[in-house]
Formats: sequence, C-alpha cells, structure tokens
Amino acid sequence: MAKTAASGDDYESALAQSSTKVAEFEDTRTGFVHKFQHALHLNPSLVPLIVLLLSIALFGALLGSKFFSPFALTLILQQVQIVGIVAAAQSLVILTAGIDLSVGAIMVLSSVVMGQFTFRYGIPAPISIGAGLACGTACGFVNGFLVARMKLPPFIVTLGMWQIVLASNFLYSGNATIRAQDIAAEAPLLHLFGAKINIGGAVLTVGVLFMVGLVLLLSYVLRHTAWGRHVYAVGDDKDAAELSGVQTDRVLISVYMLSGLICAFAGWALIGRIGSVSPTSGQLANIESITAVVIGGISLFGGRGSILGTLFGALIVGVFTLGLRLLGADAQWTYLLIGILIIAAVAVDQWIRKVSV
Amino acid sequence: MEQQQPILQGKNLVKRYGRVTALDHCDFELYPGEILAVIGDNGAGKSTLIKAVSGAVVPDAGEVFLEGKRVNFSSPLDAREHGIETVYQQLAMSPALSIADNMFMGRELRKPGIMGKWLRQLDRPAMEAFAREKLNELGLMTIQNIRQAVETLSGGQRQGVAVARAAAFGSKVIILDEPTAALGVKESRRVLELINDVKSRGQPIVLISHNMPHVFEIADRIHIHRLGKRLCVIRPQDYSMNDAVAFMTGAKEPPQEALAA
Ligand SMILES: Nc1ncnc2c1ncn2[C@@H]1O[C@H](COP(=O)(O)OP(=O)(O)O)[C@@H](O)[C@H]1O
Ligand SMILES: [Mg+2]
Repeated sequence: MAKTAASGDDYESALAQSSTKVAEFEDTRTGFVHKFQHALHLNPSLVPLIVLLLSIALFGALLGSKFFSPFALTLILQQVQIVGIVAAAQSLVILTAGIDLSVGAIMVLSSVVMGQFTFRYGIPAPISIGAGLACGTACGFVNGFLVARMKLPPFIVTLGMWQIVLASNFLYSGNATIRAQDIAAEAPLLHLFGAKINIGGAVLTVGVLFMVGLVLLLSYVLRHTAWGRHVYAVGDDKDAAELSGVQTDRVLISVYMLSGLICAFAGWALIGRIGSVSPTSGQLANIESITAVVIGGISLFGGRGSILGTLFGALIVGVFTLGLRLLGADAQWTYLLIGILIIAAVAVDQWIRKVSV
Repeated sequence: MEQQQPILQGKNLVKRYGRVTALDHCDFELYPGEILAVIGDNGAGKSTLIKAVSGAVVPDAGEVFLEGKRVNFSSPLDAREHGIETVYQQLAMSPALSIADNMFMGRELRKPGIMGKWLRQLDRPAMEAFAREKLNELGLMTIQNIRQAVETLSGGQRQGVAVARAAAFGSKVIILDEPTAALGVKESRRVLELINDVKSRGQPIVLISHNMPHVFEIADRIHIHRLGKRLCVIRPQDYSMNDAVAFMTGAKEPPQEALAA
C-alpha cells in the first residue's frame, strides 16, 4: 500500500491507516417477521407445509374421525399419486424457468404404448413397459432438443407437443380402451402401481410409495449433486450459468428427458389407478401439475423453490378436494379455494424474494 | 519480450452483431508473466475481444492461439479446461445459489468414497472451506457468509467473489473485465494487490479497466482498443495518462512505433 502513496495520487493513501479487520456483515434487521421471511427464503417449502398442516387440522376439526382417520388420510395420498408424480416432473422443468404442457399427453401415450404393445402385439409386459418408458423419454428429448438447441420458448414447444402427442395417442390406439379384466388376467404387471398395502386401516399403494420415494430422491439430487445445482443455475440465469461453465444445453435436455421418463412412470401408475388403459384419461394432468407446483412455492420464473413443496402442494389440493366433498360442499368450492391458493402462493413467492434486496 | 511467444494470441478476429461490427480484424497478444491492460471507450469492443479469446463468443473470423497452438473454444468451459479463467463484465453468478456453489459451478467437488462415487454427493464442507479461504485471502468477507446466497451480497462483494474464483482456478491466463467497476476504494486496492500476487506466481493477466491511475500503476503493457480493433500498444513508462486517453478517444494520432508493437 505504500506504493500507492508514492505514485502520487493521494485518495488511496489514507488506506495505509485503514483498519485491517475483515469486513463483517452483521444482520441488524431483527424481529419475527423478518426472521420468518428469511427462514422461508432458505426453506421455500415451509409455506406449503404450514398450509397443509393447517388445512388438515381444519378439516379434522370440522369432520372429526370421518376425515382424521388413517383410511381417509391415505385415501388422499392415493387420489393425488398421479398428479404428484407428474408434478415432480413439472417441478424439474419449471425450476429451469420452463414449463411442460405436454406432461399429461406424454403420460397417456406412454400408458397406451404399454397396453397396446402387450395386447396388440403380444409382447411380454416387462418389455412393453420398457417401451412405454422409452417413449416418454423420447418425447421429453424432443421437447428438450427444441428448447435447448433450437432456442424455442418452452411454452410454445410443449404446447405443440401436447397436441402432437395427444393426437398420436388417439391415432395409434384407435380410441380403444383395454379392459381392466383383461389386464388383470394377462398382464398383471401393468397393474403393479395399484397394488395395495394395508397397515391397520391405512391403505397405501405402490404408486403412493413411488410418488413419495421419487420426490425424496429428486430432492436429494437437486440439493446435493452437481446436476441438481446446475438445474437451479440454469433456471436462475441461463447466460450466467453458461459463462460459469455449466453445459446448459445438456442440463436442459436432460431435464426434459427426465420429465418425460417420470411422466411415463405416471402412465404406468395411471393404469394401476384406473385399472384400464384408456386413451382419454388424464386430460387434466398438466393443469393440475402446474397447480401443485405453484401452490408448492416453486417460482414460475425458475431457479427457486423445492420439490418437497410440490408434494405438499399436491397434498393440499387433495386435502381440500376430499375435505370439501366429505362436508357435502359443491365441488366448485374446491376450485374456488384452489384458485385463491394459487394467487396467494405467487404473492408469497414475491414477498420471499424481497429478502434478497 | 517481443521475441517471446505469446501465451494467448488472437489474429484477425472479427465479430459482428447484426450490423454492428464489434471486432474488426483485431489482433491481440498476451505474453507470459505480464499484466496487459486493455483500455478503450465504451462500446469499443473490449469485452467482445476477451469473450472471443475465452470461448464466450465464437468469432466470425480469425484465429486464437494458446501457447502457439491453434485453439477453437466453443464454450467458456472449453477455455476454462485449458486454464483460462475469466471474470466477465456481467459477472456470471447464479443469484439464488450460495457463494461456495457459485465458486465451484461446473467443477464441483464430490465426497470421497461411496457417497461421492455412487450417490454423487457434493463435498460441501470441502467446497466451503476452500471458498472461505479464498475470500479471506482477498480480505472480502467473514466466515459466516459462505453459505449465503449470492443475491444477498452487495455488487462489490459479488465482484470480489468472481475475482476470487478466477484467481483460485486460473492456471494459465486470468482475464478480468472491469473487475473494480463496482468496488470501493479499499476493495479495488485489494484486487490490485491480488493481481500483483497472481503476477508474482508467474501467471499473466488481462485487465480491462477505465481507471487510468490503476492501469498505469500496474500494467506492463497497455493495449489501446478503438472502434473494434487494436489501435496501438504502449508501455506506461513511455506515455502519460493524457496521451493514452487522447489515443483512445481519437484526439491524437498514435505513435508509429507503437502501432507496430
Ligand atoms: N450480445 C450482443 N448483441 C448485440 N450487440 C452487441 C452484443 N455484445 C456487444 N454488442 C455491441 O458490440 C459493441 C462492442 O461492445 P463491447 O465489446 O461490450 O464493448 P466494451 O466492452 O468495449 O464497452 C457495442 O456496440 C455493443 O453494442
Ligand atoms: Mg465491456
């Protein structure tokens, strides 16, 4: 620092006397609200968790043991399993600041491939299932390629793919349903996700366990692996991620492919849930999955939120749906309340972001 | 120095953005062990030049050589794997991620053993310890901050993190595009000291800066950039700051011998 003083220009010479203490950044903002806001910033899934617990408590108080029983609570899990799995896929895509409108269509096409391969061509069920999973992954690859390499907006790409995949589904299946009895008799493996496990009144299915396991696995991967960090980095600021050495195209393509694969698993679970293979099923999956993601606190702008929040978001919808039905309310009340939750969730998201400034 | 082989060299680089020619047959040389300052008006094409030699933009024409060998960087990662570390002007950081995650972006450390090999788990403690050490070297922040998201840092602190990242990982060439623009007097001084440290390790540095006193204090040579090309290269001891600004803005013709340099 003495050198500066010698070089003549003066304003820096005072630095020689400056304190050598390293900078400290004490957080002087205190108070419960700020602490809470900060906690939410670090753990974005806290909000949906709190809402979930409150709504369970509320319906429990209103309905008593009719709602607050192992049977009813696990029924909610069964009812949300398909949306939960699809929403996990949707979360990955939304974390990259994208959106996948084709999730529902990919799910249905994959389930149709599994069914048709088994019954039309007589291919053994495990191979047909593999083909269905490959089909979903391939659809995801097309999405990812168009988004990453052709730089097309995800909304447009997946809007187009939604139509293409859904039409292919109808054309290929000839609108034919494969009956549940036939599946049970000839290819019970297709029903695997519907297999029930009874534990003292609580009824779990393989599909429910898969949903929970999938979310926990993805949560680990997103938090504790390099790929997971890259997913967030791409969603946060793609150009910055590219400049700091992330292979953004690869990350994007892998995310859309994984989304497709998860949707294909959802297709398999769908067969277990409804029993038959029906090309007209699952039409609402994309809008319901986006709803779960948003209520779960994942930002539509990408890069923020946690996949556990998505699971809570899906469960909140399930709790409201069952709770209001048991109360005998018009189903429209469910939609109305969910609409309010969506808007509230986005408002909370904006509020949490303010911690950064 | 002129007899030496440049460690990093650009020849006839051209980059057009639509009708704007950001680089117009531009040459560039960085010699081993030197601090090369690049100065020029805003929009002269300085950032585009360093992006072209560091893989962030692919030039429309021209060649880049690293240690005499022709290289074709197609991404910043490419250049980084060749030991060129760059702090870009628009600070490549992911705001929502932590300081440690950002410092190790694209070169994460994994846990030893099964956790790392099979579960591919990141070694956060090691990454955080390293990041903490590098930031302390730069005198930039205290320990408790290492896990905080980059978006909660001030502009100057962010720049400090970016500089620390480049200094920590650059093995052959370090390029700093206006690294002190958002920094206070004290932090700017630390960055200059850091640049001198890096130089004393024998590593060459490219520094883009508008701060003439800093440039004249620290640079071995000054590349003056004007209208998308190198106008001339001068030595700070041969010219005054006024001369440099006059060349840079076109107020004065550059000396003939500097044009050849
Ligand atoms: N990504 C881009 N798209 C279009 N024009 C650009 C882009 N980057 C730089 N330019 C243009 O190229 C010229 C040189 O810019 P730049 O290299 O950033 O200059 P400097 O760093 O010297 O201020 C400017 O006219 C700028 O507008
Ligand atoms: Mg610039």
